[in-house]
Amino acid sequence: MCLAVPGKVLEIKERDGTRMATVDFGGVAKEVCCEYLPDLRPGEYAIVHVGFALQRLDEESARQTLALFEELGLLEEEFGDPWESAAKEAAK
Amino acid sequence: MKYIDEFQDPELARRLVEDIHATVTRPWALMEVCGGQTHSIIRHGIDQLLPGEVELIHGPGCPVCVTPLEVIDKALEIASRPEVIFCSYGDMLRVPGSGRDLFQVRGEGGDVRVVYSPLDALRLAQDNPGREVVFFGIGFETTAPPNAMTVHQARKLGIRNFSMLVSHVRVPPAIEAIMRSESCRVQGFLAAGHVCSVMGTGEYPALAERFGVPIVVTGFEPLDVLEGVRRAVRQLERDEHTVDNAYARVVPPEGNPAAKAMLADIFEVTDRSWRGIGVIPGSGWRLAARYREFDAEHRFQVSGIDTREPAECRSGEVLQGLLKPHECEAFGTVCTPRTPLGATMVSSEGACAAYYLYRRLGGGAGGTNAASAGANSPASGPGSKRERDSAHTAVSGPRRVPEPVSAPESAPESGPGQGAEPDPAAEPEHAEHAEAAERAESASVSLEGSPVV
Repeated sequence: MCLAVPGKVLEIKERDGTRMATVDFGGVAKEVCCEYLPDLRPGEYAIVHVGFALQRLDEESARQTLALFEELGLLEEEFGDPWESAAKEAAK
Repeated sequence: MKYIDEFQDPELARRLVEDIHATVTRPWALMEVCGGQTHSIIRHGIDQLLPGEVELIHGPGCPVCVTPLEVIDKALEIASRPEVIFCSYGDMLRVPGSGRDLFQVRGEGGDVRVVYSPLDALRLAQDNPGREVVFFGIGFETTAPPNAMTVHQARKLGIRNFSMLVSHVRVPPAIEAIMRSESCRVQGFLAAGHVCSVMGTGEYPALAERFGVPIVVTGFEPLDVLEGVRRAVRQLERDEHTVDNAYARVVPPEGNPAAKAMLADIFEVTDRSWRGIGVIPGSGWRLAARYREFDAEHRFQVSGIDTREPAECRSGEVLQGLLKPHECEAFGTVCTPRTPLGATMVSSEGACAAYYLYRRLGGGAGGTNAASAGANSPASGPGSKRERDSAHTAVSGPRRVPEPVSAPESAPESGPGQGAEPDPAAEPEHAEHAEAAERAESASVSLEGSPVV
């Protein structure tokens, strides 16, 4: 849970007075808080951890990391169904 | 170099490995602090690509693993209450408390929910005004800013049915505690890149100076880890001990100022107990007194819980780098991901889980001989092709113990666990490394300006 996943900012809007971005993580879109990167813009890439954008990242590095995560199954771990995973583990 | 062909950029990986072989002349022990780095190392066999003189010691950098049993038990107690919706990350579901885990609490009727972000927990509180929503706020410096922002939001929005069970830990005091330990063998650190993406590098120069250790800020992808090792070894060989940033694409020296400001507002530094290690002064954050209304420990009065740590679990020694996972008697027998004794076996970033998943029962460079341990290897059934391949290449039958390759003229001094017991599984790669090292020396490989740097 301390790893962060790079994603591409699609759109930015306000919710409850907070800047929120829609971020694409290799096909999975999530709402992400970008209060910690106040000048983040659509089209840019950022490192996102537990729903918060924490640092910018260049596009090439982001793409490489996303490809690696997908290959290693980390995207499934991050965005898949944790109950299903826990049940599978318990039933092994 | 079979592993290297699976790297994103095999040629760069090869050059990095060659350069490390060409540089090293003596045994060195490096600690990778981040659990993500540990998994990258074991999964990709990075330790086996390194010269026998370079030992990688796994550090305590898994927030799930170091959360003390007492806090887990408090979480279980709160999650069992009928008025509570207890929110956690998926990683915490099967971390054992004294008697059960969150997965079992849910099976017994507890309303335990998994959230992606702490803001999701806050949304649940807004949507369920008649319930108490409690978020399990653990983690290192990467995870603390999101939790801090959530408490800030809760107050701003006047949400009164939300609270947080907080057990945050900080990396620099842990590094200091490790260096102060009498049994410490660590000579250099690969610092956790994502922690530094928030905190920057400002806390490290004093540590590097005081303890005479190089600290290299390192990412967790395979090439990042190799580059971190290369820079740390280069410093050690030159008798230098400075802070070096090998992850500059994500880590500016100042970190994230907005996040640091929010941390300073919401939390205050406190002594914190680390599971299996004990109390490390100044190593944690708790909610500042002015945010006490959001403190679940205060709201639910969970104190005086009687904890029962399994006596046979040696995860504390694993977390301090004193023991490799497979050297624990319970590893793979009593303790498996299905029946974990400690969090290091169940967490997705735990060192024991990494060894179990990839069946590295022989240890890395400097580990013990794999032959006997390998015979008892559990059938963990790794799922993906990568995992199967990795397990296949990592576990092997008895092989000839290789000679140290990077400095054939001068046998390395046999420090504890270094050089004296090279990893048998790494033998074929070592043969190639000998040639590679010679090539690298003659070609004066320069890696400055590479994509990793």
